[in-house]
Amino acid sequence: MNTTNILYAVLTLGILSAVFGVILAVASKVFEVKSDPRLEMIQSTLPGANCGGCGYPGCAGCAAAILAGKAPVNACSVASGEQVSHIAAIMGVKVEAAERKVAFVRCSGGDRAGHKFDRYIGIDDCVGAMKVSGNGYLDCGFGCLGLGNCVRACKFNAIHINSHGVAEVDRDKCTHCMQCAAACPRHIITDIPYAADMVVPCSNKDKGAVAKSNCSSACIGCKLCEKNCPVGAVTVTDNLAAIDYTKCTSCGTCAAKCPRKLIVNIHDDGKVAPVVVAK
Amino acid sequence: MQLTTLLDIALGAILINNFIFIQFLGICPFMGVSKKMDTATGMGFAVIFVMGLASAICYPVNLLLTKLDLEYMQTVAFILVIAALVQFVEMFLKKSIPTLYEALGVYLPLITTNCAVLGVVLLNVQNNYNFIQSVVYGVTGGMGFLLAIVLFASIRERLEFAEPPKCFEGFPIALITAGLMALCFMGFSGLSIPW
Repeated sequence: MNTTNILYAVLTLGILSAVFGVILAVASKVFEVKSDPRLEMIQSTLPGANCGGCGYPGCAGCAAAILAGKAPVNACSVASGEQVSHIAAIMGVKVEAAERKVAFVRCSGGDRAGHKFDRYIGIDDCVGAMKVSGNGYLDCGFGCLGLGNCVRACKFNAIHINSHGVAEVDRDKCTHCMQCAAACPRHIITDIPYAADMVVPCSNKDKGAVAKSNCSSACIGCKLCEKNCPVGAVTVTDNLAAIDYTKCTSCGTCAAKCPRKLIVNIHDDGKVAPVVVAK
Repeated sequence: MQLTTLLDIALGAILINNFIFIQFLGICPFMGVSKKMDTATGMGFAVIFVMGLASAICYPVNLLLTKLDLEYMQTVAFILVIAALVQFVEMFLKKSIPTLYEALGVYLPLITTNCAVLGVVLLNVQNNYNFIQSVVYGVTGGMGFLLAIVLFASIRERLEFAEPPKCFEGFPIALITAGLMALCFMGFSGLSIPW
């Protein structure tokens, strides 16, 4: 046994690590970057899903923006009311309760719409399908293709393709991050208040006859809803009915008058599934 | 000739003895962060940076160990050096060059335990490289890593759209792809500079 060898080994390693330890300790003082302790507090309060719904790169970016005053304390649409008030307390401001909104797919066509081809064989991607099949394989140039770009974009498992082949939002799981809307090449996903009742699940802007022949679940722009609404909440622009939720009283007149049975109360059966009328 | 030796080393590190495909070093970050092109590039540049620095710093440490007849301690000592170095570089960048710090992001601390970095300093010793040769070997080895991970990431981005059999989905098909690419890189084994 060569004891000096062991001694050398222990000493060298010991001295090396001690030197590095000292260098790192000094460096951590010299190169210290002071960060606001509130940044970490805000970041730990945010949901941490990094969904990007706020428009900033991830929750860290959102926290930095809130701290810098560039974003309101309720910038995160995913955060619960409790979390928002917690952030407001950290920042020392008051927050007004924001109305909860959810995503809504303005289409109920799917297999109710005519198809240009027998079937579509290709990659399961809405953008790809639109490119190879000339604005999609549906007769309707506006409707949901049902290949699930929105489903893949959703980090909260809140949107699915329903039995008709149309994307449908699970309103209770939806956090209004609107990543689905950004992913949809048809731009038919918009947001509505969570409390909204009456919905128009269609985006077809074709004229009545064309819309009618293309899809059995299309708005034909007949304006019966607009004429009959007692509070003037429904307007038809570009052959498509739209509801102003600041005026709507959920009386259901539009749904009753709609000849296509398209306008429905979303709470009626929990699903946007208009009765299929014969073509 | 000094310059031709350096070129020889560079060519060897980038193509002939590519760290990923021929020496199979640094496979974990290669598989882990190659899903997207931009993260792969970020990782690649971080590796170049750290490999070059580690080669430079470990050279005097190795001289010290040789002097004390402690060559068998190289692995332990180098791990210590690399870990301390990465920590130091991270602190330095955070303070002095925040833009570079943000660009390298999470990849810098990840490299602390990268076997390619330890591999490059051990190979420097094995091949008896002098200081300049060591640094060149480190930087070009990192370039080889960058080349490999960028090529692989571009393939993997396309693999996302492919429909392999269920049992091959995800990592299995990626591993097979990496194996095929390694086979391709074996084609460089006969390459040499004609002087």
